[in-house]
Amino acid sequence: MSSDSIALNPALESTRPIGDRLHDWVTTVDHKKLGILYILYALVFLVIGGIEATIMRIQLIVPHNHFVSPQVFNEMFTMHGTTMIFFVAMPIMFGFANYLLPLMIGARDMAFPRLNAWSFWLAAFGGLLLYFSFIGGNGLYGAGGAPDVGWFAYAPLTARVFSIGHSTDFWTLGLLVSGIGSIGTAANIAATVLCLRCPGMTLGKMPLLAWMNLVMAALVLLAISPLTAAQIMLSLDRYLGAHFFDTQAGGSAVIWMHFFWIFGHPEVYVLVIPAFAFASEIIPVFSRKPIFGYPVMVAATVAIGFVSFTVWAHHMFTVGMSSYANSFFTISTMIVGVPTGIKIFNWIGTMWGGKIEFKTPMLFCIGFLFQFLIAGLTGIMLAVAPFDWQLGNSYFVVAHFHYVIVGAILFALFAAFYYWFPKMSGRMYNERLGKWHFWLFLIGFHLTFDFMHIPGLLGMPRRIYTYEPGRGWDIWNLIITVGVFFQAAGILLFVCNLLWSRIKGPVCTSDPWDAWTLEWSTSSPPPEYNFAAIPVVRSRRPLWDIKHPEDPDWKYE
Amino acid sequence: MRRTRHRALVQGIAGLFAVSLAFLLLATSQCFGAPANPSPTNIFRPSSTPADEVFHISIFVLIIAALIFAVVFCLLVYSLVKFRRGPDDDGREPPPVYGSNQVELAWTVLPILIVLVLFLATARVIHSVEDAAKPPAAVAVIAIGHQFWWEFRYPSVGIVTANELHVPVSDPAHPTPTYIELRSADTDHSFWIPRLAGKTDLIPNRTNSMWIDPHEVGIYVGQCAQYCGTQHAKMLLRVYVDTKEQFDRWAREEAQPARVGDTVNQGRRVFETTACINCHAVSGTVADGRFGPDLTHLMSRDTIASGAASNTHENLRLWIHDPEAIKPGSLMPAMQLSDQDLDAVTAYLETLR
Amino acid sequence: MSSPSLTPSSLESAWILPSRGRVGMFCLIAAESAMFTIFLVAYIFYIGKSQSGPTPKEVLEVPIFATICLLSSSLTIHFAVAALRNAKSSLFAIWWFLTMALGIIFLVETGREWHHLIFESGLTISTNLFGTTYYSLVGLHAFHVTVGLIGLTIGMILALLGKVKQEHHERADVFSLYWHFVDVVWIAVFTVVYVIGR
Ligand code: HEA
Ligand code: HEA
Ligand code: HEC
Ligand code: CUA
Ligand SMILES: [Cu+2]
Repeated sequence: MSSDSIALNPALESTRPIGDRLHDWVTTVDHKKLGILYILYALVFLVIGGIEATIMRIQLIVPHNHFVSPQVFNEMFTMHGTTMIFFVAMPIMFGFANYLLPLMIGARDMAFPRLNAWSFWLAAFGGLLLYFSFIGGNGLYGAGGAPDVGWFAYAPLTARVFSIGHSTDFWTLGLLVSGIGSIGTAANIAATVLCLRCPGMTLGKMPLLAWMNLVMAALVLLAISPLTAAQIMLSLDRYLGAHFFDTQAGGSAVIWMHFFWIFGHPEVYVLVIPAFAFASEIIPVFSRKPIFGYPVMVAATVAIGFVSFTVWAHHMFTVGMSSYANSFFTISTMIVGVPTGIKIFNWIGTMWGGKIEFKTPMLFCIGFLFQFLIAGLTGIMLAVAPFDWQLGNSYFVVAHFHYVIVGAILFALFAAFYYWFPKMSGRMYNERLGKWHFWLFLIGFHLTFDFMHIPGLLGMPRRIYTYEPGRGWDIWNLIITVGVFFQAAGILLFVCNLLWSRIKGPVCTSDPWDAWTLEWSTSSPPPEYNFAAIPVVRSRRPLWDIKHPEDPDWKYE
Repeated sequence: MRRTRHRALVQGIAGLFAVSLAFLLLATSQCFGAPANPSPTNIFRPSSTPADEVFHISIFVLIIAALIFAVVFCLLVYSLVKFRRGPDDDGREPPPVYGSNQVELAWTVLPILIVLVLFLATARVIHSVEDAAKPPAAVAVIAIGHQFWWEFRYPSVGIVTANELHVPVSDPAHPTPTYIELRSADTDHSFWIPRLAGKTDLIPNRTNSMWIDPHEVGIYVGQCAQYCGTQHAKMLLRVYVDTKEQFDRWAREEAQPARVGDTVNQGRRVFETTACINCHAVSGTVADGRFGPDLTHLMSRDTIASGAASNTHENLRLWIHDPEAIKPGSLMPAMQLSDQDLDAVTAYLETLR
Repeated sequence: MSSPSLTPSSLESAWILPSRGRVGMFCLIAAESAMFTIFLVAYIFYIGKSQSGPTPKEVLEVPIFATICLLSSSLTIHFAVAALRNAKSSLFAIWWFLTMALGIIFLVETGREWHHLIFESGLTISTNLFGTTYYSLVGLHAFHVTVGLIGLTIGMILALLGKVKQEHHERADVFSLYWHFVDVVWIAVFTVVYVIGR
C-alpha cells in the first residue's frame, strides 16, 4: 500500500510532484487533511480579520482621525465581526474536531467522509462569497463596497432602501452557504461520536473533548438553522420584494433581533465549548492527574447547552421589553454562570494536588482560565438588565466579548495548537518561541482589552468611527491601539513557529507529552487509516492503563 | 536551577496578572468622579433617578463580582504555586483523584445562592424604573430618531425642535420628571444620556418610552447608541436641564412662529425657491418640509447637525455649502449655491431666533 | 515500538452502536425543525398585521384533498420499506410508486392553489405580509416535498433497474424518515396557515 507509507514518511512525501500533492489535498476526504484545511483556512482569515481590526484601531487612536472614511470604518467592523465569528472561530473549531475526534475515539475516519469534504468546500465558498463583496458590492463594474450593516445586521438597515447595491446580498449569501456547510459538519460530528466509538468506549468513557464536541454539534444544528431561516427571509425581502423585515410595509425590526439572537447566543457557546474541550484535555496532562469530576463536567456542558437557548434576549435589554421579560432573561442568563463556574472549579480541582508543568500549552490554558473568569463576570454584569441599559452597545460590551473570544477562546486555541502540533506534523515546536508568543500576546491582550472596559463606562458607544476630544476617552483609546501591535507581534511569532517547526523542528515520538488518550497511541503524524488495529478501551485513560498495568484506571471508574 | 526558573515563571504570571488588575482598579477609580477626569458621560456620576438606581445596583454587582474574582483568583494562584512540579521531582505520578460529590455540591449550591440574590436585587430595580407611575406634573416629549439627527416634539405646547432637548429640573420634593416617547422615522437608534438614564432604543413601527428627572441644571450630553448607518458616530445628543422659569420662557419662545425681518428678503427667497423647503420647515412661512430638522428657531441652538459643529456663522455657511465637509454621509445634499446666494441664505437663517 | 499498543482483546458483550444513517438523518431533521419553527413563528407573528388586503379569509381555501394525499403517502412509504425488509422487491416498487404519485398530486395541488392566488386573487409574495409569510412558509415546505420527490424518483429508477435489494432496506428506511418528517411538518403548516391563520 504505497499511499500509507507515503503518509508515514515525510521525506518521501516531499519528493512527489507538487501538482499531485495539491490534487490530493483538494480532492481529499480524509478527516485529518480536511481538519488541517479547515485550520489553515481559518488562520488565513484570522490574519485578514486581524488586519481589519488593526485598521479600526488605527482610526480610533486619536480623536478626529482621518485614517479611513466613516463608510470604510463601518465596512471594517462588519467584515471583522463576520469574518472572525463565521470564518475564523467556527471553522477552526470544526478543524480541530475533524482532526481529533476519530483519533480520540479510535475510529478510522468521520462518519460521512464525503459530506465532510462537501461541508468544508461550502464553508470555503461562503468565505469567498463574502469577500467578493469588496469587488462586486456595487455591481460588477462599480468600485467595491463591503457590507456595512454590522455583524448582526439589524433590520431595517438591511432593507433595499437603506442598503443599496449588493454588499448585503453577499453578506446574506455567504452566511447562508457556509451555514449549510456548518450544519453538515455538525451532523457529521454527532454521527461520528455516536456511531464510531471503538469497542469499550461507552459514552461515559469518551474523552471530554468528544462529549463537548457532541454538545457543540447539537447547538450548531439547532442554532445555525434559525440563522439560515432568517437569511432566507432576508434574501426573499431583497430579491423578491417580500416584507419580513421591511418596516415601511409593516414588517418588524424586532423580530429580526429575536431570530438573530436565538442563533447568536447559542453561537457563542458553540465557540466556547470546544475551547472548554481543549482545556479539559490539556490541563489534566500537564497536571499529571485525571480530570476532576468527569460526570459533573459532562452534565455541566449539557446544562449550558440547554440553558443557552433561553437567554437570547439579553442582547435586547434596551429594545423596550416589559419588566417581566427583562427579569426573565436576567435570571436565565445568570443561571448559565452556575454550570460554567462548576467547570472552572473542576479545572482548578484537576490542578490541585498535581505536579503542574509549565509548558507552552499549559501557559495558554492558565491564561484561558484567568481571562475567562473575568470575562464571565463582566458577562454577569451585562446580564443585570438595568446595568446593561448603561453598558449595552458601549465599549464595555466590546471588551466583554473580546475578553471571552480572544482572552479565553483564542488562548485555548493556541494551547491546542501547541499541544497537538507534534501529532499533526510529527515534529516538535520551538518551546522558546512558544513562550515568547505567550508573553507578547498576553501583554498585548491585556493592554487592549483591559482598558477597553473604561471608555465603555465613560459612555463611549461602539461602532463609531471617530469621537470628540475631551470626553476622557483619548488616553484609553491610545493604550488600546498600542496593545494591538503586541498582539500582532505575538501572532507573527506563532505563525513563524509553526512554519519553522513544520520544516526544521526535531522529529518527535508518537507520545511526547506522556498523555493518556488514544490519539497518542498511533504514530505522529498518524497514518491515513489512523490505527493499524482498532483499539479496545476499558477506561477514560486507555494509555494510562497500558503504562500502569499495576494500577489501571478501570478499577476505579 | 529548575526551581528558580519555575519560580520566576510563576511569579511572572502572578505579577503580570496583579499589574493588569491594579491598572484596571486604578482606571475604574478614575471613573468614580475623581476630579482628574471630568467626563461628561460617566455612568458612575448619575444625576437623575433612573441613572441613580442603575448606579446603586451596579455597585452592588461590582462588589459581588470582585469578591467572586478574588476567591477564584486566589484558588488559581495558590494551586499554580503550590502544585507546580518541583526541581527534585521523583518522576512519579501524583495520586489520581477522580472527583468528590461533596465538593461538587458545594460549588453548585453556593453560586445558585449568589445568583438568586443578584436576581432579586435586579428585579427590584427593573420594576422601579420600568413600571414607575407617571405623575400628573410630568412633561411629555416625543423623540423621533432620524438618520442622523433627533427630532423633539412637545405635543401639549406645539413645539417642534431638533437635536437639543430642553427639560425642566426636577426637585425631588415636587418631581417634574420628563417622559419621553421614543419613535423612529427610519432605522434603529438609541437614546442615551449616561448621567440621566440608561439607553432605550428607537425602533420603527414601535413606540418605546423612558423617563428622566434631572436633579441639577446644566447640559448633559450623550449620543445615539444603536448603529444606524454611515454617520452613527455624529448623532450626538444634548439635554439642557433648565430651571422652571428658564424652561417656561424657552417653551414660550419656541412656540412662536418665525419672526422674519425684511432685511433678509433675498436670502428668504433663495431658501424658499431652492429645494430647502422640501426638507425643512420654518413655521409661519411656506417651508414645511419634514425630512430635515425644523429651522424655525435655528439660532436658539448651540450646535448644528446634531452636535457635529457649533452654531457659528462660518460653520453654518460651510454646512450649507458642503455638509460632507462637516459630516460625511449626512443625508443633506450640497445645494451648489453661488457665493452670493450662500451668504444671503446664511444671513436669513441667522435671523431665525 | 515506541508507542504502547492497544490490541483488540475479547470484549465480553457485543459492541453495538447506533446506525450512522439514522443518526445523520435525525440530525438533519433536528436542523430542519428549527428552521421550520422560525418560519412558523414568523407566520404566526404576522397574522393580521398586513397593511392591505387580501386577507387569508378572503382567498384561502382549505386543501383537504392534497392534505389527505400527502398524509397517506406516509403510510405507503412505510409499507414500501416493510416490503423491502421482507425481500418483496416488486411489492416495494408498487408502494414506492404510490408514494411518489401521492407526492406529485400534492405538489400539483399546491401549484394550482398558487396559480389561483396569483392570477385570480392577486396575491404575490410582495403584496402584503400575508403574501410574504404564506408563500415563503408553504414554499419552503413544497421545496422539501420536491427534494423528497427527487429522492423517490431516484429510488424508483433504481427499483425499475432491479437494483434495489433487501440489503438496501436500511437506506430506504432512513429516507422514509425524511418523508415522514415532511408530512409532520405539513400538519404544523396546515394548522397554522389554514386553521389558526384563517
Ligand atoms: C464566545 C463567547 C461568549 C461567552 C462564553 C459569553 C458568555 C456570557 N455572556 Fe456574552 N457576549 C458574547 C460572547 C460570549 N459571551 C458576544 C460576542 C457578545 C456581543 C455580541 C454583539 O453585540 O456584537 C456578548 C454579549 C453579551 C451580552 C449583551 C450585552 C449587550 O449587547 O447589551 C450579555 C448580557 O447579558 C452577555 C452575558 C454573558 C454571560 C452572563 C455569559 C456567561 O456565560 C458567563 C459565565 C461565566 C462566569 C459567570 C464566570 C465563572 C463562574 C464562576 C466563577 C462561578 C460563580 C459565579 C457566579 C455565581 C455569578 N454577553
Ligand atoms: C473571533 C472573534 C474575534 C476576534 C478574534 C477579534 C479580535 C480583535 N478585535 Fe474584534 N470583534 C468581533 C470579533 C472578534 N474580534 C466582533 C464579533 C465584533 C463586533 C462587530 C460589529 O460590531 O459588528 C468585533 C468588534 C471589534 C471592535 C469594535 C468596533 C466598533 O464597534 O467600532 C474592535 C475595536 O477595537 C475590535 C478589535 C479587535 C482586535 C484589536 C482584535 C485582536 O485580537 C486581533 C489580533 C490579530 C491581529 C492583529 C492579526 C495578526 C496578524 C498579523 C497582523 C500579521 C500580518 C502579517 C502577515 C502574516 C504577513 N473588534
Ligand atoms: C434632501 C433634503 C434636504 C435639503 C434639500 C436641504 N436639507 Fe438641510 N438638512 C437636511 C438633513 C437630513 C439635515 C440633518 C443632517 C444631520 O444632522 O445629519 C439638515 C440639516 C440642516 C441644518 C442644520 C440644522 C440643525 O439644527 O442642526 C441647516 C441649517 C440646514 N439643513 C439648512 C439647509 C438649507 C439652507 C438648505 C437649502 C439650501 C437645505 N438645508 C436643504 C436635509 C436637507
Ligand atoms: Cu442613530 Cu446611531
Ligand atoms: Cu449572549
